[in-house]
Amino acid sequence: MQKRTLLDGKKFQITIKRLCHQLIENHNDFSNTVLIGIQPRGSYFADRIKQELSETLKNKNIRKGNLDITFFRDDFRRKDGLVSANSNTIDFIIEDCNVILIDDVLWTGRTIRAALDALLAFGRPARVELLVLIDRRFSRHVPIEPDYIGQQVDSLDSQMVKVSWKETEGEDKVILLSDRNK
Amino acid sequence: MAAEKLSTRHLLGIKDITLNDIELIFETADNFKGVINRTIKKVPSLRDITIANIFFENSTRTKLSFELAEKRLSADVINFAASSSSVSKGETLIDTVNNILAMKVDMVVMRHPYAGAGVFLSKHINAQIVNAGDGAHEHPTQALLDAYSIREKLGEVRGKKVVIVGDILHSRVAISNILCLQKLGAEVMVCGPTTLIPKHIASLGVKVEHDLIKALNWCDVANMLRIQLERQDIKYFPSLREYAMMYGLNKQILDNLDKEIIVMHPGPINRGVEITSDVADSKQSIILDQVENGVAIRMAVLYLLASQRD
Repeated sequence: MQKRTLLDGKKFQITIKRLCHQLIENHNDFSNTVLIGIQPRGSYFADRIKQELSETLKNKNIRKGNLDITFFRDDFRRKDGLVSANSNTIDFIIEDCNVILIDDVLWTGRTIRAALDALLAFGRPARVELLVLIDRRFSRHVPIEPDYIGQQVDSLDSQMVKVSWKETEGEDKVILLSDRNK
Repeated sequence: MAAEKLSTRHLLGIKDITLNDIELIFETADNFKGVINRTIKKVPSLRDITIANIFFENSTRTKLSFELAEKRLSADVINFAASSSSVSKGETLIDTVNNILAMKVDMVVMRHPYAGAGVFLSKHINAQIVNAGDGAHEHPTQALLDAYSIREKLGEVRGKKVVIVGDILHSRVAISNILCLQKLGAEVMVCGPTTLIPKHIASLGVKVEHDLIKALNWCDVANMLRIQLERQDIKYFPSLREYAMMYGLNKQILDNLDKEIIVMHPGPINRGVEITSDVADSKQSIILDQVENGVAIRMAVLYLLASQRD
């Protein structure tokens, strides 16, 4: 199995900083904007974005929640085994807020489709934007495109993008694996 | 961490499921509890599944709870009550259910007055069966929601002392509760008049007590069962008044205990018989939590069973 590193070390940090500056350009002080990480992996990324934004804006009150999409997926009973649910932790009202939906990898777009459905159960946001660390472009099954992109990559269906986080795996790194089944 | 899927294709009784199954159901119910407390209480998980609620015996809350759980999972639901059906014309159980299944039903939630009806049906039809009470045998979802409510209130079930008071002889709730609580590591006692305690109940590993005050002093949780007058073809105690005096729980008894216990009741309550109104509506009563948790538990059971469909 071949591995290709897409992001690591300083470049990884710069990418997160750049994404945060793009967010600040559009959302100023985040008084009416909330961050929502898609469970499970998007929530780690959302934590990092929140941490970076808090340091840059000197604002500790940026609101961030985790959204579980399990019950809204379109592949229930089509996959092997059960899809286990994660917790939802959204302790604020998203009605009329700007929502930044955050995930680590955008591939087919089905996860985001489910996330949009799941999000509406918490209220009607004013606007929803999508931020992803890696965009596997040309592989979409549904017409969904990100507003903020860490890095774009052209990949085959047989390949897999693996994102590691310092907090859980010990290092910040994104690698492209040549065969997802191995 | 619970198992990844249920070990069984049907939910016929607590006897047939494992501790891992119970923990998986509880973990999934935690998530559904979040769903039913939102503004939009519905998820699309079961939108391609049709469920028939077949009730050969009267029920209000179990039927409503299942129906609500099914609708909140976006399943298509059909309801069938034996009293207003062709069963009264002499149709057999298998014929009735096969006719319903011919309408492309995927799952059956069944209540039946005879013990073992669910097991019998599961051997003859292809749909998944959820037992919503079979005679005086089992009522698995009630036991699950009771144990879940205890876990929610006390943090865990393991090591807790639970007394089940009342008509144990005619109760499917009691049997399922005993099995479920024991699997989760609780100590269980049954309490009631000698005539309403089955002779060999101690062989299930439960304590037997005939004095209500002693039982209440022993326990952390008191589950007060309903006196099932409709199942009693002979008299098991002289009068309801005497039963209420010996085994009824009132505020005075509750306040005189050394500790604060939790009071449960599977409903419907005969107010003034098993418990008085001031106990039913007190802070120690978790009866309404049981009702709310019932929907989450039933959503979890249906969701987990549906994920095992071919």
